[in-house]
Amino acid sequence: MTFLGMPTLSGEPFPTAARAALGDAQLRRNLAKATGTIRAKRARVVEELPDWAGLRAAGAAIKDATLADLDTHLLAFEADLVARGTTVHWARDGAEAARIVTDLVAATGTREVIKVKSMAGAEIGLNDAFDAAGIAPIETDLAELIVQLGHDRPSHILVPAIHRSRAEIRDLFRREMPGVAPDLTDEPAALAEAARRFLRHKFTTVDVAISGANFAVADTGSLVVVESEGNGRMCLTLPRTLISVVGIEKLVPTWSDLEVFLQLLPRSSTGERMNPYTSVWTGPTEGQTAHVVLVDNGRTATLADTVGRAALRCIRCSACLNSCPVYARTGGHAYGSVYPGPIGAVLSPQLTGVAHNRTLPYASSLCGVCQDVCPVAIDIPSILVHLRGKVVEDHAPVAEAAAMRALAWAMADAGRWRRLLRAGRLGRALGRRRDRIGSLPPPLSAWTGTRDAPRPPRQTFRDWWESR
Amino acid sequence: MNARDEILRRIAAALGDRRPTPPVPRAYRRATGEPGDVDLFADRVRDYGARVRVVSADAIAAAVATALHDRNARDVVAAPGIPAGWAPTADRSTVDTQRLGAVDGVITACRVAIAATGTIVLDHDAPDQGVRALTLLPDYHLVVVRRDRIVADVPDAVAALAGVRTQTWISGPSATSDIELERVEGVHGPRTLEVIVAR
Repeated sequence: MTFLGMPTLSGEPFPTAARAALGDAQLRRNLAKATGTIRAKRARVVEELPDWAGLRAAGAAIKDATLADLDTHLLAFEADLVARGTTVHWARDGAEAARIVTDLVAATGTREVIKVKSMAGAEIGLNDAFDAAGIAPIETDLAELIVQLGHDRPSHILVPAIHRSRAEIRDLFRREMPGVAPDLTDEPAALAEAARRFLRHKFTTVDVAISGANFAVADTGSLVVVESEGNGRMCLTLPRTLISVVGIEKLVPTWSDLEVFLQLLPRSSTGERMNPYTSVWTGPTEGQTAHVVLVDNGRTATLADTVGRAALRCIRCSACLNSCPVYARTGGHAYGSVYPGPIGAVLSPQLTGVAHNRTLPYASSLCGVCQDVCPVAIDIPSILVHLRGKVVEDHAPVAEAAAMRALAWAMADAGRWRRLLRAGRLGRALGRRRDRIGSLPPPLSAWTGTRDAPRPPRQTFRDWWESR
Repeated sequence: MNARDEILRRIAAALGDRRPTPPVPRAYRRATGEPGDVDLFADRVRDYGARVRVVSADAIAAAVATALHDRNARDVVAAPGIPAGWAPTADRSTVDTQRLGAVDGVITACRVAIAATGTIVLDHDAPDQGVRALTLLPDYHLVVVRRDRIVADVPDAVAALAGVRTQTWISGPSATSDIELERVEGVHGPRTLEVIVAR
């Protein structure tokens, strides 16, 4: 099966994937520049609003109130949609959601669909499902298109192709984009123009579009898509059938709640006062057929955890990625999950259950900057610690637990401890070259694989004290 | 059990005994109904890289003519409800996508404009703003914003738009920063946005 660029919710363990990324100096330079630039823009426009703290508190409270009565809001939303003529579908998990969407596309007789960038679509593995069903999905967001043409994976929520240089993108377009000029340069404007030409034809000829939604308004049945390029508007308007994949946590109770989120999201995300385009639609528009697929896929399980539940407030702005020192060094691929960065480290393990994602809760230094910048004030560090507890409960890491038990035994008796410390001097043989112990054989490698241990001293403190 | 019932059952189980949630704190600037600042709006639109002309209310037609002349836009479509005097030669009947992709530009009014963010909101049921395709395919969008449409901030706009079913919020021309974070204007949709603000 061709890998179409969408990682699932759990991939390679974080430490393994991060090690490769850490060795890539070019990636680290690109990431530092990108995250630093967006971070500075965000700080500037957030400072402009004297009521930012109030907006943030309201955003968090609205999301919490929605979650506390989620079924009521979902039923109201569904009733509005049905009354307007939208067909509503419910999906317990990603596979069911992907099957519903592919069946709907197949029923139209179309073999090609255009897609608006959607995290939910990526989460449910939609492109792989289309591929298996013989339907060709076309990403219309420029970065997602770059990722798709490169048979690659997104590395950031907001700028998924941030790990690619302009020269790589030029080579990719020349190789993979039908009808592209052979002398295409690597100027971003020229590359965007090539994508515009390629996609314009798709927008006006493909019959089915797939979107997500940034917000779903329970009391009006309105859906909201926030974007920059205008590819979203094209997909939402021109095809005859529109299928929207909506996570059940996307709801807000009332239309007026958008006054909060339409301020929080663009400023936190791209660092703009407002993103170039926001589309709102309420029911099928201008002769279209409209479907909405409401997706659970681990959200109700997350809701059941009173600590972890707050992660469902997330509005996918990516401010936490741009502020995170761990993300800036490893990039998004290391998280092995559709949702990278700090929010990915709390959201993905909860959506899959921690048993399937045991390393992500550790992919953080717990410095807390992600919480400071989160527009809906998600206490990511506390949820990480909470999830680490669940990982340990679920399945204690054997080597570490055994080592700690042995240490406890040794420290329980003074004579025993002294003999052990003396024996530790033997370890000097290990770090002779640079006074550091690099790597030890298993099971001690579990510790030394990610840390350097200092070489033990010539004399123990106790021996020195006694010899005075 | 079907998926809908199953998800609703899971939610009920997840929430357990429901306690009333605390009221949402609304300690932020809410809608005031006061008019928005015209100059602030013009500045904020310019910040996005859009062209802005601020004119007196009786000079709209002249400003439209000048804008179209400067742009060398001859084959122009206007939303059907645009006053004939603003653009006497504009086509008011076209919604065919083929043709819209080829015209020199489109003229519309707007429902709401937000001073604090430089945002223009189109109501697609209003005849002077037209269907969505109208402002989607042409490369040049000329918007006329009258003073009484300008509100101060986002909450005022959201209040004014309650009940408007199909909306497009526009803040500057189409843009992307996907390639090495370098901003490129105009990937899709109008690459040029021009705004005439009538005081």
